[in-house]
Amino acid sequence: MIQVLSKEFNSFLNSLIAYVVIGVFLIAMGLLMWVFPETSVLEYGYADMETLFRLGPYVLIFLIPAITMRSFAEEKKAGTIELLITKPLSDWDIILGKFLACFLLVCCALLPTIIYYVSVYKLGASPGNIDTPGVIGSYIGLVLLGAVFCAVGILASSLTRNQIVAFIIAAFLCFILFSGFESLSALNVWSANALLIKQLGLVEHYQSLGRGLIDSRDVIFFGTVILVMLSLTKLNLSIRQW
Amino acid sequence: MSLQIQHLSKVYGKQKALNEISFSVETGEIVGFLGPNGAGKSTTMKIATCFLPPTSGVVKVGGFDVLEHPKEIKKITGYLPEHNPLYLDLYVHEYLSFIGKLYGLGGSALRKRVGEMVELCGLTREQNKRIEALSKGYRQRVGLAQALIHDPQVLILDEPTSGLDPNQLLEIRKLIREISRNKTVIFSTHIMQEVQALCNRVVVINRGNIVADDQVDNLLKGAVDQKFVIVEFENEVATTLLSGIPGVVSVNEVKAFTYRLGTAPGADIRPEVFRFAADNNLSLVGLRQEESKLEDIFQILTSQNPVQH
Repeated sequence: MIQVLSKEFNSFLNSLIAYVVIGVFLIAMGLLMWVFPETSVLEYGYADMETLFRLGPYVLIFLIPAITMRSFAEEKKAGTIELLITKPLSDWDIILGKFLACFLLVCCALLPTIIYYVSVYKLGASPGNIDTPGVIGSYIGLVLLGAVFCAVGILASSLTRNQIVAFIIAAFLCFILFSGFESLSALNVWSANALLIKQLGLVEHYQSLGRGLIDSRDVIFFGTVILVMLSLTKLNLSIRQW
Repeated sequence: MSLQIQHLSKVYGKQKALNEISFSVETGEIVGFLGPNGAGKSTTMKIATCFLPPTSGVVKVGGFDVLEHPKEIKKITGYLPEHNPLYLDLYVHEYLSFIGKLYGLGGSALRKRVGEMVELCGLTREQNKRIEALSKGYRQRVGLAQALIHDPQVLILDEPTSGLDPNQLLEIRKLIREISRNKTVIFSTHIMQEVQALCNRVVVINRGNIVADDQVDNLLKGAVDQKFVIVEFENEVATTLLSGIPGVVSVNEVKAFTYRLGTAPGADIRPEVFRFAADNNLSLVGLRQEESKLEDIFQILTSQNPVQH
């Protein structure tokens, strides 16, 4: 698994993918947080990083499928999947290696945003005005969200040989999982169950973590979604054996 | 380490790619797997390397069953897939190190082994390039290098010489011959000269069925019903006169003054022809036995209409 992870990550660094993704993410977040008046912290006047955590997921829904779309689709297209499978590697080694490589890249994109935290901290009316536990919780939520999106992206990539289709399926699935359930719960048909529907979606748990209290239910929810997505990928690879 | 295939069948949807084929390869044997395109060669190899499951039948590599112990099989097998898929964005060294690590090699042993493979496969001048910058012949060598890097006991090569130019062909064949000592090797091809040059034994497959499984020499002797002798004279000789030579079954004039004499298999009529020429005062300019070609045998075994002479 380590070898697959290392090879995938080096492939990202050797091609433009890593730099474009990290660059676009940071430029987009930077502009949103500091430049554009509707969302800028400086205009808003309150010492929090709400913009990053509110808009970040939507930027990730767009960018993470771009990272993961080639993970299985390209291997199938180039035929190198045959090479991987006939080596003494288990299917999980391959899946986890690719998943963790994408996740590592996402973490590399998120890491520089710590500068925003330091900036807001220093800019506060009294320095340190910011709700630090909230920020920590939000970061944990964002990182877990990134992991879920990576898992969805890996699954989507394993479903097709066409990278564009993999991208679209991944982006669509990520969007549904993130805000689809919330929108669904707003319909008038559920009566008492509306809250239940809402809790099936990621945004509910993401916002819950953002309050600063790390509820194990939220973390387990994220973990379960990741596990389900990767297990479906394993199932897809195993179907070959039936 | 050996390869055993027993009553192997493979069905793709409605198409039966392999129809209960059985054969085996012992340690130290080099077996050529011959057959027209679409016969089932690649399918058999993909099953033996645990890439695809069999529909029915038993395949054992080194004593391990492909369905029960695939990981063991993958450790002892070196596989060069059809179309030689490679990670084009990696450098040659990088790629070979990656593959070596997958087989559990590491550290200085890995570095040494990569160096050995680069030298063995003639990649010394190309070793610092990306694989996408290599020509087809060199890519094929990289493919071979990755199949050999862990010194496997069983080598399964799917068309190892496809797309190579004549010089590279000779080099790769030499390479295969060198590395095949004490290993079980099966390689597929549809180049007859390769089979004659490299293997002791050949298995011929057509449309999912084994049509021949024999030593190369036996196959060459057995399948044709006539042997031919080409005789050339200085002047024209009447074909009726030539038919009179004992043992001659048919006479055909192929070129000016050159005749093709058909005889029963197993008979060598060259001494008779020489005596005939001497008795009749004819100037004999050329006399040779026509080698029955494996191409003809291949055509006979794998087509509906045997080749007509």
